[in-house]
Amino acid sequence: MVFISNHLLTLILFFPLLAAAIVLCLPKDKLKAIRWTALSASLVPFVLTVILWAQFKSDQPGFQFQEQYSWYAALNSTFHIGVDGLSLTLVLLTTLLTPLALLASFNITDRIKAYFMLFLFLETGMLGVFMALDLLIFFMFWEVGLVPMYFLINQWGSEKGEREIWKGIKVQSRNYASLKFIIYTMAGSLGLLLAIQLLGVLFNTYDLQTLYSNWAALDPNSVILHFFSLGLTVSTIKTIAFWAFVIAFAIKVPVWPFHTWLPDAHTEAPTAGSMILAGVLLKLGAYGFLRLVLPFYPAESARYAGWLAFLAVMAIVFGAFAAFGQKDFKRLVAYSSVNHMGFVVLGIAAAARAAGTLNATIALNGAVLQMFNHGLSAAGMFFLVGVLYDRTHTRNLDDFGGLFPLVPIYGGILIFTSMASLGLPGLNGFISEFLVVRGSWPVLTLYTAVAMIGLLFTGAYVLKGIKSVLHGPLNDNWAHGEHKLIEINLREIIVMAPLMLLILVIGIFPAWILDVINKAMMMLFH
Amino acid sequence: MQFPFLSVIVFIPMVAALAVLTLKPEQKKTIRVTALTAALLALALSIWVYFGYDKVAAGYQFVEKYNWMPMLGISLHFGVDGLSAPLVLLTGIVMVTGVMISWGIDDRPREFFAFLFILASGVFGVFVSLDLFMLFFFYEIAVFPMFLLIVIWGWIKTREYAAMKLTLYLFIGSVVSLVGALVMFWTSGAQTFDMLVLETVKFTPGFQITWFLPVFLGFAILGGIFPFHNWSPDGHVAAPTAVSMFHAGVLMKLGAFAALRVGIMLLPEGAKFWAPLIMGLALVNIVYGAFIASVQTDFKYVIGFSSVSHMGLVMMGFATLKPEGLMGAGVQMFSHGIMTALFFAAVGMVYDRAHTRDIPKLGGMIKPLPLVGIGVIIGSLVSMGMPGFSGFIAEFPIFMGIWKTQWVVAVIAAISIVVTASYVLLVVRRVFFGKMPEEFEGHIPPINWLDKIALVLLMALMIGIGLFPALIVPWVQSGVQHVLTLLGGA
Amino acid sequence: MATILPILPETLLLALAVLLLVLDPFQKKEGNRRLFLGMFTAFGLLVILVLSLLFARPADPILVFGGMLRFDWLGFFFKMFFVFAAAVSALFFMDMDRLNQRAEAFLLLLVATIGMCLMASSSDLVMLYLGIETTSIPLYILAGFLTGDDKSTESGFKYMLFGALTSAVLLYGFSLIYGFAGTTSLYALGNHFSKFDLLAIGITFLVLAGLAFKVSLFPFHFWAPDVYEGSPTPVAGFLSTASKAAGFAVIIRLLTAVFPVISTDWSLILAILAALTMTVGNLIAMAQKNVKRMLAYSSIAHAGYAMIGVVAFSQFGVASAVFYLLAYTLTNLLAFGIVGIVGHVTGSDDVTAYNGLGRRNATLSLAALVAFLSLAGMPPFGGFVAKFFVFASAIQSGWIWLAVVGVINSIFGLYYYLNILKYIYLYRMNNQDEDQHPIPVSRPAKVALVVLVIGVVLIGTLFGPWFGFANHAALNMF
Repeated sequence: MVFISNHLLTLILFFPLLAAAIVLCLPKDKLKAIRWTALSASLVPFVLTVILWAQFKSDQPGFQFQEQYSWYAALNSTFHIGVDGLSLTLVLLTTLLTPLALLASFNITDRIKAYFMLFLFLETGMLGVFMALDLLIFFMFWEVGLVPMYFLINQWGSEKGEREIWKGIKVQSRNYASLKFIIYTMAGSLGLLLAIQLLGVLFNTYDLQTLYSNWAALDPNSVILHFFSLGLTVSTIKTIAFWAFVIAFAIKVPVWPFHTWLPDAHTEAPTAGSMILAGVLLKLGAYGFLRLVLPFYPAESARYAGWLAFLAVMAIVFGAFAAFGQKDFKRLVAYSSVNHMGFVVLGIAAAARAAGTLNATIALNGAVLQMFNHGLSAAGMFFLVGVLYDRTHTRNLDDFGGLFPLVPIYGGILIFTSMASLGLPGLNGFISEFLVVRGSWPVLTLYTAVAMIGLLFTGAYVLKGIKSVLHGPLNDNWAHGEHKLIEINLREIIVMAPLMLLILVIGIFPAWILDVINKAMMMLFH
Repeated sequence: MQFPFLSVIVFIPMVAALAVLTLKPEQKKTIRVTALTAALLALALSIWVYFGYDKVAAGYQFVEKYNWMPMLGISLHFGVDGLSAPLVLLTGIVMVTGVMISWGIDDRPREFFAFLFILASGVFGVFVSLDLFMLFFFYEIAVFPMFLLIVIWGWIKTREYAAMKLTLYLFIGSVVSLVGALVMFWTSGAQTFDMLVLETVKFTPGFQITWFLPVFLGFAILGGIFPFHNWSPDGHVAAPTAVSMFHAGVLMKLGAFAALRVGIMLLPEGAKFWAPLIMGLALVNIVYGAFIASVQTDFKYVIGFSSVSHMGLVMMGFATLKPEGLMGAGVQMFSHGIMTALFFAAVGMVYDRAHTRDIPKLGGMIKPLPLVGIGVIIGSLVSMGMPGFSGFIAEFPIFMGIWKTQWVVAVIAAISIVVTASYVLLVVRRVFFGKMPEEFEGHIPPINWLDKIALVLLMALMIGIGLFPALIVPWVQSGVQHVLTLLGGA
Repeated sequence: MATILPILPETLLLALAVLLLVLDPFQKKEGNRRLFLGMFTAFGLLVILVLSLLFARPADPILVFGGMLRFDWLGFFFKMFFVFAAAVSALFFMDMDRLNQRAEAFLLLLVATIGMCLMASSSDLVMLYLGIETTSIPLYILAGFLTGDDKSTESGFKYMLFGALTSAVLLYGFSLIYGFAGTTSLYALGNHFSKFDLLAIGITFLVLAGLAFKVSLFPFHFWAPDVYEGSPTPVAGFLSTASKAAGFAVIIRLLTAVFPVISTDWSLILAILAALTMTVGNLIAMAQKNVKRMLAYSSIAHAGYAMIGVVAFSQFGVASAVFYLLAYTLTNLLAFGIVGIVGHVTGSDDVTAYNGLGRRNATLSLAALVAFLSLAGMPPFGGFVAKFFVFASAIQSGWIWLAVVGVINSIFGLYYYLNILKYIYLYRMNNQDEDQHPIPVSRPAKVALVVLVIGVVLIGTLFGPWFGFANHAALNMF
């Protein structure tokens, strides 16, 4: 027991790998065994995270449960992990969503061994990013997480669809989408990689906590990089490095105009992949902003907060418009992610501009909670789209209509989740969006005002989605015959249940999580 | 007296080659078993040497010295340092895996293994030689079997052209270096070819600047440096699988290693003077190689050009003359060796079955050849410098080294990462996923267990180093320390 | 006995030759005769080799026989490998149909060897000329020995014509020297050539022209390809090795003894000659389709490499030249031996005759591999170390450009040697039925090949002692 409590984070982090190894050893025709092993194994990190949550002392500043092992001694990089309120929230989100995603994948039959293993790898990758306290380790998990996702989209994505890339040359959409996803993200991370290298060269360490202070202590006017006779001052470099970081994370979030990979990736990904993609992977970007950009570049962040807010607002407005214009249900939900994540970025921008004030803290609370909330609702929405798709093999909104009477339970769940996404008071989305808007209003009034208009369109597209699917004239195709729509089954309800429960709980009683987040934000940004 | 590990390692393959030659050509099984036994023995000893190497004490260890020709100060002087110990291990690994996947060679296996082992002997010899003469001696031994191996067992379409091109290129390189080495020998006045002594000789800066370039570039040709990289992809493609593995996996390291040992370590001032040029050439290697690789349609050419790109990183690491850069280059040599060995093994396995390497004609190979597919995927991840795999461990410090010398280069070189990622992923997808062409249905037999062992071994190494850099970095670091001392403690 | 020691090898060779003639008529059966002639000669030569090594080693160099000969390591060293080359050639002679029944062939071989031994150790112009002619005349005959064969006849005749011409030139040079200096003793001549003047240039040119013919230096190389191609292969082998080495022995002695001072002035011209020789030999060799012609041109090129050591004009340089000749002799004998065997079976010396050799006789092919790689200068064979030393000596004496030319030439060389290996290993016979066409190797040839291969490898690996001998020989010259 002592071992477990001393190594809680490592256990959470690496248990999925162990589980993957176990799955590897199972015979590949035992579908059931593989599914249940993977699922039950993925529950272990969740349980451990709950223990972690319970033992976490939210009043204590700094990182807790720290563990540090020697890793790349030559570069002074250690395997250093730890959590604070911010990362803890996201760890919880990850360990919660992974079992649900696995459960949602029980209908997969093609090469499920590889499928489940990739999912478990993915979990480790995501958790690593949230836990890392060493820049190199952060980057490692940041990149490694891409690989399983790439293959999940590439191999288990939707088989239909072609896309013209160049003068009539067509490729399968999922190939296109997966490559776009990974290359976009990797190219985005290039700047990050280079900036990390620069930091390592300057300070000979990658430990986050040391870097925070060292980086800030640099004299802004000294010249450190030379290109022949041309030198760059620290402040120039910081600006460049700031944008390098921002672009890397903005692509991941994604912020307009870097979002174009997202609808493609979502549309083509398998259901569970979309759940994780929207639920957790997008949070990596926002987490990067909070963990690295704001602490590293307080001055630059404040200076460029307006730009950031502008991008965020564009994401909110265009995301909403684009979502409204979609005929594909999944694309609609995908664009809604752009829209919702825009609020996260808006909150961050406001906090950057007004660092240290109450408004900033409120905005940050809202942003972090919005990350968590969006994780719940987006995962739920994607799953529900997946449920419908499994039955109808179409996602075209025009093909649906009037399904509510056929599948009332499904309809109820869909409406419930949509409302959370819409920001209905009483459900979680409202709390977080309200906090963001409340925090940003005094700081970035104009942008917030425009974002509010965007919120209007959020309502519009969500309602449009519900209307097209559940209401209106019934498409007879689904009422009779071989295509008769079947009601959501128990497994699928079990997937949705925890999500809905949390959506409701946070909506009504957000204090348990806001408390943790708030204290973390207070300690981090004051 | 200590057991002479290094000479035994060097001569095991040679003896095995002779032993194999005494067998009758018909005794194919015995020939193969003999070959494998010898390879395993060499591997076992190189593992022993690797782990027996005292990283704290550093310096040259397992030293053996026999006077060979006192008149000219030629001695059979063997020893490993932190840079060469991993390369010796690498050679052992590539040798074993090479033999394993060449099990099926049916045309004159006797000669095949004999030549391959002579090659291996030469390679081991170069890595452990501390005597300049012996270095050249073994260097040439490593070069000429290549010609025969490619000409006899190579790809029928290009083997004659490629083998001749390769051999001449490498020979030209080595003789150019040879002239430089001889000039060094006479100028030093030390009357010895012992590199440990030559290291301490203070050549005048003018001399070093004049002679560094021929010596370094002569060897670097084998390392595939631009604009002398041309032989390498052709050679890779024409060579039979095991030879490609050796060639890309070990031989190119031989060039890089010798360029470091002789060029940089003996002529440090010259190295400092010419470092910007080398850096420029290496940069072209890295970026240009990656772009060229991305437009190839022959699976093997893709890997061939990617090797050019990756060896550019090694040269780049050298050219930084910084601790990080040199260390990264050292790790990159090992990592790239394992990676290309795996790639070429995989390409060979696919080609043996599909009889084509044309990427558009392949597809769906993961179904019949799952392990090969996984191997190539992991190799690809290493090749694109994905963290968590050995490529990252190597490339990251190289880039740090570049930052310390010339940051613009780092920014440009980073482009190659994305280019590499895009083409390797495309290749993986086109070859291993998608729909399998109908003519292959049912015609792709699975790989045998020897192939599997080889693949798994290589994969495990790449992941192992990626996760636990301590498996190799301390060795390389201790070797780099010595290089830095010669460079004036930079 | 002390007086006979310096000429012990020559004496024994003569005795062997006489014995051969005496015993020959007793052999009636054809098979026996072949065996007798070959084995007797080879074994006899081996005994001579051993005896000389045991008893006739020189101490400090002394002039003997009234200053006719110099008993020193250079001469001794060369003598030993003439005897060795003769022994090996005798073994190869046994496979040549029209040589192996004739005692004359072996006799001529022995006589030529005597002549070479005298060349190597003579320290007097008269003795030198005598030695040269004693060597040349039997070789003219041997080259044209196959009287029924037009090519062989042509070759013998050509060789003789050119040989006679250059002998005349050489003799003219010698007479001028005598007229100028009033002595024929090489070691007394040195004092008369202490400055560089027109006369000295003229004389040196004449003498060098004569000797350049013997070692086939550019521009006196043109006879070699035709003669080698036409003469019986083992003879060509002997010509290209022992005869050439003898020429070099003389050149080395002359340059160091007679022209030590002006040699340094000459060395630029010699260097250019060496460079041209290598380049011309190698470039033309690349274009050859006949293996014997190719080897002929390659042997021209090798003369150029050996010349580098001489040009370096230092003790180390001479040692490296001697060592080069040693390695080259062994290697080229091996190469010609193989060519002889293949030519004997296939009846052709064209490169295409080597198609599929790797499958027809794998062991023979390995021997060919050793020979050609050694010629190309690849370790672990003698050629590599020899080239290494030669280039090293050039660089030591500041001839960096010459070393570079040599190095570039070795690349040309590598090209065509590898080309042959391609025929041997890669190409197949027309019907791909190599199994049906084995290449048998007779036992004596096998012995010779094994000895040569081992020799080539030994020189290439344990080169220390061998170079020690060569160095010893050079030591006596300075």
